[in-house]
Amino acid sequence: MTSSRLSGSRTRLQGVLRELRLRARIAGRAAWRHYRRSLQLRVAIITMAVAGAAVIIISVILFDQIRTQQLAAKKDAAISQADVGVQYARNQVVAVPTGDPRSIRETLQRTVDELRTRGGSAGQFAIVMINRDTPTPLTQPSFAGLTPALPADLIATVGAGTQARQYAVMPTEGGPAVPSLVVGAPVPSQAGSYELYYVFPLDQEQRSLEAIRSTVVVSGIGLVVLVAGIGTLVTRLVVRPVRLAAKTAEQLAFGQLERRLPIRGEDDLARLAGSFNRMAASLQRQITQLEDLSRLQQRFTSDVSHELRTPLTTVRMAADILHSARADFAPDVARSAELLQTELGRFEALLTDLLEISRYDAGAASLVAEPTELGPLVQGVLATTEALAQRRAATVMLRLPDEPVIAEIDSRRIERILRNLVLNAINHGDGGLIEVTLAGNDVAAAVTVRDRGPGMNTEETSRVFDRFWRADPARSRLGGGTGLGLSISREDARLHNGWLQAWGRHGEGAQFRLTLPLVQGVELEGSPLPLEPGAEAIQPYDVVAAPAGTRP
Amino acid sequence: MVGARSRVLVVDDDPSLAEMLGIVLRAEGLEPAFVADGGRAVSAFREVRPDLVLLDLMLPGADGMQICREIRQESLVPIIMLTAKADTVDVVRGLEAGADDYVVKPFKPIELVARIRAQMRRTDTDHPETLAIGEVSIDVAGHQVRRDGTPILLTPLEFDLLVALARKPRQVFTREHLLEQVWGYRHAADTRLVNVHVQRLRSKVEIDPEHPEVVLTVRGVGYKAGPP
Repeated sequence: MTSSRLSGSRTRLQGVLRELRLRARIAGRAAWRHYRRSLQLRVAIITMAVAGAAVIIISVILFDQIRTQQLAAKKDAAISQADVGVQYARNQVVAVPTGDPRSIRETLQRTVDELRTRGGSAGQFAIVMINRDTPTPLTQPSFAGLTPALPADLIATVGAGTQARQYAVMPTEGGPAVPSLVVGAPVPSQAGSYELYYVFPLDQEQRSLEAIRSTVVVSGIGLVVLVAGIGTLVTRLVVRPVRLAAKTAEQLAFGQLERRLPIRGEDDLARLAGSFNRMAASLQRQITQLEDLSRLQQRFTSDVSHELRTPLTTVRMAADILHSARADFAPDVARSAELLQTELGRFEALLTDLLEISRYDAGAASLVAEPTELGPLVQGVLATTEALAQRRAATVMLRLPDEPVIAEIDSRRIERILRNLVLNAINHGDGGLIEVTLAGNDVAAAVTVRDRGPGMNTEETSRVFDRFWRADPARSRLGGGTGLGLSISREDARLHNGWLQAWGRHGEGAQFRLTLPLVQGVELEGSPLPLEPGAEAIQPYDVVAAPAGTRP
Repeated sequence: MVGARSRVLVVDDDPSLAEMLGIVLRAEGLEPAFVADGGRAVSAFREVRPDLVLLDLMLPGADGMQICREIRQESLVPIIMLTAKADTVDVVRGLEAGADDYVVKPFKPIELVARIRAQMRRTDTDHPETLAIGEVSIDVAGHQVRRDGTPILLTPLEFDLLVALARKPRQVFTREHLLEQVWGYRHAADTRLVNVHVQRLRSKVEIDPEHPEVVLTVRGVGYKAGPP
């Protein structure tokens, strides 16, 4: 129970930790992305880092120099003052007769008092004279507590007969302990070994050093901020035009061909703007030229269309009347009327296809897409091709998914593609089974048309969408195709942002696959149906449900 | 056809085609009248008072669309466009200008005749019948549509479209179904015909065509009548 609760809280803790780590990683990634994306931020951070490092190094060196020099000056002054004091004390002590401790004490006290009144360049100081052998100071110290605070190792060194100095934290008269310079020197005499100690508090020096340090720190920070600010400002000057250029380029890419950059001054940025504008102008000129050409071509197509179609209509109607009256003609004339009729049909189909493909070439085709259910559309196409299928003794089998497949399409064009594919399969399928399969997933719909004809090899598969290309000329003529059907179908598919692809193998037939996005403006990434028919022969042909969500 | 033969006004600048159209129309028992100049088309229309107009979209002197619009302003007569272009824009513009149907050149005589017959057939209904969709009431025999008692002028085609929807209030009509029932197409045809005419019908019978209450769109399927 306890252990389970423990492990429970541990897992909870682990969960919290994991989440924190995750959040930190996300925040870190966002910051890194921002750092990578913003030149301005990068420059600011880099200048700040460089300037900061320089300021820190310079301040440390500077501060160290100032401190060393100030302390050296103080030390020199202190030592010379101590020297003078010691000299004076020696002279006084030498004159003192031995044996009378009271007069010795008095002399020493007088000497120390005299020394205490003498000022020097070393500033304030405290003074005391001791004898190592007697525990009490020989003279009144400048204030109580001074003598016991004297560093022991200094006393030892001085006791050995050498002048010495040491930095130590010493009490002051009525104030807190401060770092001080303690100078000690032996004062030899017949009466015994005395030692004179000068204590120079360094609190003034410390105060002034602290003032210098805070000045250095403040001015250093100020300098760093200033440098970073200048860096940011300078980058801004450079980055702003670059960003403007990027934005303008984007607008140009979206078709606002008249966008230009403002040119200010004669610097590098102005030159950039100038070249950019020249590029934009040249682009605009070429695009306008192409557009004019396209418009001209469109106009030409439309004119040819009208000029050709009007006489063709008359001929067509006349041929129809002749054809319907052919029973009254002599056999040769009647046959001529029949030939006229059928060939006019071919001529018409060819003209229609030619005009259609030239519309695509001129970029004049536009898509009017509406959400349409594909199942009924495929069924409708199969209904119109049924008669031909029966004539060719071909069996057409349709597989529809259980769910309706609805896609945004121009139904006229998609019907045209499917009719083309099915007619193609009937014409090339040698009377074998033709399978038409519809399937859809969340993003795309696909229709495959499979025949069991002689099939195609890879080279033929790659050329099957070429204009007027025929795998077997004799066969195609029989079907009455114009040789443009698949080319137009591919353009129709492309107009829908869809794919039209072919697969074939000799002896196994061919399969065409049309893949369409369910919603226009979405890039296709896959198809709900495989292009190559599955290796397993689908034996029971009465299967009617196609997989709804399979991917290739 | 009892009594006077139905008159068809052919507006076309190509003399051979016009003559050929004349031959075909006469063979069908119709009486053709011709005008080659687009500028004279509307005045010829007033003289002839035809039962149907065959209008070529590309005419010298005047724009076919313009003629279509002018005729539509003064008459509800069925108009069939002859067009060399099946392009979306041209056909839709023609339909929006008021044409009821279109035939793309080159067409077969039988195709043209079928379209003409489909447009002329719609003038006869006799037994009294009254339908209603929302505030709109339809007197089928009297060929009258009223909203709150105010009569609304509909072309025969628009009238038939509305009646077709109103007669089966709960049924959703696909565009193909409507093409068959209202336009008389036996097999798949241009569903834009339905779209454009539904828009035109809405602009006449709806209070706010942007938010239709009489002719409702059923997304992905087609149209149906609003609640009665």
